[in-house]
Formats: sequence, C-alpha cells, structure tokens
Amino acid sequence: MAQMTMIQAITDALRTELKNDENVLVFGEDVGVNGGVFRATDGLQKEFGVDRVFDTPLAESGIGGLAIGLSLTGFRPVPEIQFFGFVFEVMDSISGQLARMSYRSGGVYNAPVTIRSPFGGGVHTPEMHSDSLESLMTAQPGLTVVVPSTPYDAKGLLISSIRDDNPVIFLEHLKLYRSFREEVPEEEYTIPLGKADVKREGKDLTIIAYGLMVHESLKAAEELEKEGHAVEVIDLRTIQPLDIETIIASVKKTGRAIVVQEAQKQAGIAANVVAEITERAILHLEAPVLRVAAPDTVYPFPQAESVWLPNFKDVMETAKKVLEF
Amino acid sequence: MANTTNLDPTKTLHEIEEKFEMFQILNEEGKIVNEAAMPDLTDDELVELMSRMVYTRILDQRSISLNRQGRLGFYAPTAGQEASQLASQFALEKADWILPGYRDVPQIVWHGLPLEKAFLFSRGHFVGNQVPEGVNVLAPQIIIGAQYIQTAGVALGLQKRGEKAVAVTYTGDGGSSQGDFYEGINFAGAFKSPAIFIVQNNQFAISTPRELQTAAKTIAQKGIAAGLPSVLVDGMDALAVYAVTKQARERAINGEGPTFIETMCYRYGPHTMAGDDPTRYRTSDIDSEWAKKDPLVRFRKFLEDKGLWTEEKENEVIERAKEEIKVAIKKADATPKQKVTELMDNMYKGDMPFNLKEQYEIYKEKESK
Repeated sequence: MAQMTMIQAITDALRTELKNDENVLVFGEDVGVNGGVFRATDGLQKEFGVDRVFDTPLAESGIGGLAIGLSLTGFRPVPEIQFFGFVFEVMDSISGQLARMSYRSGGVYNAPVTIRSPFGGGVHTPEMHSDSLESLMTAQPGLTVVVPSTPYDAKGLLISSIRDDNPVIFLEHLKLYRSFREEVPEEEYTIPLGKADVKREGKDLTIIAYGLMVHESLKAAEELEKEGHAVEVIDLRTIQPLDIETIIASVKKTGRAIVVQEAQKQAGIAANVVAEITERAILHLEAPVLRVAAPDTVYPFPQAESVWLPNFKDVMETAKKVLEF
Repeated sequence: MANTTNLDPTKTLHEIEEKFEMFQILNEEGKIVNEAAMPDLTDDELVELMSRMVYTRILDQRSISLNRQGRLGFYAPTAGQEASQLASQFALEKADWILPGYRDVPQIVWHGLPLEKAFLFSRGHFVGNQVPEGVNVLAPQIIIGAQYIQTAGVALGLQKRGEKAVAVTYTGDGGSSQGDFYEGINFAGAFKSPAIFIVQNNQFAISTPRELQTAAKTIAQKGIAAGLPSVLVDGMDALAVYAVTKQARERAINGEGPTFIETMCYRYGPHTMAGDDPTRYRTSDIDSEWAKKDPLVRFRKFLEDKGLWTEEKENEVIERAKEEIKVAIKKADATPKQKVTELMDNMYKGDMPFNLKEQYEIYKEKESK
C-alpha cells in the first residue's frame, strides 16, 4: 500500500495497463514528454516509449478520429481531452461514432476506447475548463460514464474502464486531483463499472452524489450527525449506467433521499436518479426527493465560483428540508 | 496607399495554383495522351476494370429503379463516377482498409461486401453493415468528414502494426469544407501514416456548386495546407485514377506518408433519391458537356482499339449484373426482420448495462407474443 493522491492513482492505473496490454495506447495534447498538463501521464512516455505514449496535433476531433481508427486495427486507445469543456469539438467522434460503433456494425466492430478528461470547479480556471458536461455523455446510448471521487476508486475504475470492450468516458475532477491522499494498493485491482459505493452508512436519509459533491455530502453528513441525523452517502462512481440496486435499497431503508450534483439543475444526472427512485420506490418515500444543483446559468466567471458552486451547506439545507418535510 | 513591403502574396498563391495541372492518361476519344505514365496493367486486368465499371453503371440504373419501386431505401447515385470510384479501388490490395462516404458503396462491394448487404444498408437493416470477416471496410459514413479523421487513425494503426497496407477514404467537393476533412489529412501528415485521401469533386454538393465551397482554384491544393503530396486527376479517366492511386499506395507502404487526390468528375444523377431534382440547379448544357467525358465511353474506345472489348462482351457483363442484382435483392428480401432485442444485443460487446438488461426482458416478452 502507498499513500497516493488521485492523480498519482490515475498515473499508476495507466502504467499498470500499459504494462499489462501492449495494445494500450495513451495519447493527446501534451501527454508525452510533458507528462500531461496535470502530470497524469508523468514518466509514462519515458517508460513505455513514444510508440505507446504520444502527443498529437491540437485538434480534439482529430484525436477522437484517431482513437476510432486505432481501435479498428486492434488497439485499446486511452486518449485524453485536455479539459472536458473542449468536448464540443469532438462530440461527433464520441456520440456520433464511438458510441455507435458496435451497433452500426451489427456487433462486427467494437470500440474499446477510454476517454480521460478533467473537469470540475473550485480552482478558478479560465472559461470552459470546469463545466460539468457529463449529461451530454449519459444521454448517448453506447457510452459508459465514470466519475471517481477518491484515489482508490480512481485506480480500480480506470483499470476496469481500459479493460472494458466498449467506450468509456472517464471524468476526473480537477479539485480532487491533489486535495487528499489515500491508501492505494500498489498491485492491480479492479472496481466493477456500474457499481455505486456506500461511503457512509445511515438510516434517516440517503444522499446520492458523485465527483466533488461526494466530499461535500460527507461533510454535510458529519454536521447532520451532530444534530442527531444518521445520513447514508452513496457515491455513484458510474453515472451511466446507474447502480439502481444500491440506490433503491438505500432509499427503501431510509425513506428519504436527496441527489447532489455540481452541474446546473437542468444538466447533470440528478433528474435521472429522481425519476428512477420515483418509478421504483415511491411507496417507501416519506418526502419528495430533492436535488442540490448549481443555478441554471453558464458556468461562473472564476471570481463567482464560491457563491455559485453547490457546497456542504447547500447539501445540509436541502437535507433538512427533506428530513423535516 | 503605397505598398510598404515587397511581398506579393497573390503571386505566391497563383504560383501554387498553376502547379496543379490535371493529370490525364486517356483523353475523351480514348487515346493515350501520356504514354510515359501508363500504368502496368495486363490485358486481363484492363478488361476486368472495364467489366466492373459497366457492372457498376448497371447497378446504379437498377438501384435507381428499385428505389423508385420502393424496393430500396436510401440511395446516392454513382453514374459518372465509375473511374473515380472503381479505378481507385482497383489499385488496392485485400489488406487495405476502405472508409467510404455514403456515395461510395461500389468501392466496398468490389472490396468484398456482398451485394445483398449493400442493399440491406440501403433499406436500413443492421445485417447490411455486418461486414464479413477479412473484408476491411466500414459501412458508408453519413457524417461528412468523419471518415477522414478515422482514416488517419486506421492508417496510424496499420503503421504501428508494421503492415504493408493503406487506409483509403473518400469524400466529395462539399466535404472538403469540413473541419474533420482538414484535421484528417493534417493528422495523417503529422504522423506520416499510410493513408490515401480522395476527394471526388463531382462539381456539386447537393445544389451548391463547387465554387461556393471555396475560393481555392483547386481542391487538390488543400493538401498543401497539411504538407501532403497532392494531385489533381481527371476523375473520368480510369487509367489516370488507377495510376495516381497506385503510386500513392506505393509511397504509403514504403513509409513515405499520405497522399491527397482530387478526382475531377461528375454525377449524372441527382444527389440522392430522396427527392433531389438536379434540374433546379444544373443546366442541360453542363450535363451534356460532362456526358462527352463519360469514363465508360473513353475506356471502351481504348479497349476496342486494342481489340480487348466487344459489344458482345459488354452485353455479357450487363446480363450478369442484372442477374446478380436480382439474386441479391431476393436474398435481401429473405433476411429476417429486425427485432428490438437484436438491436439491444448489438449495443455492447460483452454484458449489457443494467438499464438495457431490463428493457431486453420487456421486449423479449413482447416479441414472444
């Protein structure tokens, strides 16, 4: 075991898979000799060579096309999109092409591609760096979408994503890259895709979250405990497909739930979670399922992040509404 | 205002544009005008190439008619582009990959896609896109330009595998305005990958004439922007198209990188059979001007002069084509109808995600009734 930050765990997962499978290729803008703008691929080109870990021209769409073409010739590409706000440039390659590869070829071809990309607020990035655009991906049949919140989860989920024979979008929250360390096994391990994790057990209320909001929810849960409420916190980890079993089992136990996301209320995946709970557990609910989400504006100018982004206080406020309904 | 520099960017542009002369071997009368460039093709190969062009002209006529009868769906006519499509494919080897556009069904058929599958593609049936093992083609690409960036990827893959093979792709003149068009050729250039990028300039993108796509005098010169060796070729001349594609292939497999080819050609029919009416945007003068350049007419004359082609031979090909088309349509008719559970089965390799598993059971139940 070693103490790792999430970024170190990601590098470790990439190294593990580059070592395990000679078809794994890592490429993108500045991921080679530079080791990535966040050092996620640090040292990998030196260790595995320029044939396995390489830079590309500055064009996200071209990177998407490159991944598709390489997968057709039997490779297992792990491309990087420098910031997920730039996904609009490569939407066709992802949603119009990769996601449909197996279906449109009647299962003859498949696309074992893992797209890594950082996102998320709280670090005062310039425009279009921090936007939460995961719902663009979850709405597209054919994609699996993963958002880890801890170093341990990041490593196991990334190894699983790379080994998956279908396209996976792996979104890495910028604020979680180096915010804390955690024990991470040095050997390889996997965490199944589509499986949530109960990060804290409780019986009074279920908080369902992903990404940075998992930590805000845990902080809120601690505060609520001081006020006598036992709160369960579920980290979705994979946001498409949802782990319905874990969500519903928890809601049936607690009878109350909120869903917490960093994305705007009209975006993200909270509405999907609410709908699933309503369809499957309405008779177990003591109160409506409420959402914590950002306002429906464009992502804030950097100086306005603190008043705009949802935080543990918003989680507490919404939790209390549901507890006191 | 007086010129403050002695630069003359207009002169630079004109100098580049003047370099793009149209490469031709066979003129409209079927005479060799460039003996030195004659490709090394045996008599049998010449006859085979002509047979394929005749066959494909019949395939186009029959497809239009089957579409009108409602026995085919989406169809983009190909008449006029036989040299551009088939002579380029004729220069390829089995190991090569083709990433076609929506009009490039003939190339993938001659590369090994069974005709009934091409018809099923037209109708909208997944079996049409299930290409047989070892046939290195993708289904026709509907998103104009996407095939270009994907070709850069396939070519890089072949390069990394050390295979002596190339990736070939096609788009039209309108497609050369897309961002993916440029990114595709630029990526392949930067990686020096074995790719051949073909623009079939058939003069119109639906109703929009070539001149409205770009101020560039040729599309061929766009290859220069990506640092690619670039050629403008007479796309109605089978020998010229074959020769430039063959040369591009050799350069590619020798590690010299991609080539960019503009074939100057014409489609005699409408853009697609979905209601396009070319008389709204094309004059009969342009049509008859291009009719004189017909790739079949000139290649026929050339082969007849060599004593390699007769009317009888041509009729044999026509009859064979008609018969095979009839058989293929019957096979397409006999293909079982699609079920929702089959569409679900094709979504993922391996296990289905939770949501789909649930829906699968619902549709399995519906289908069992």
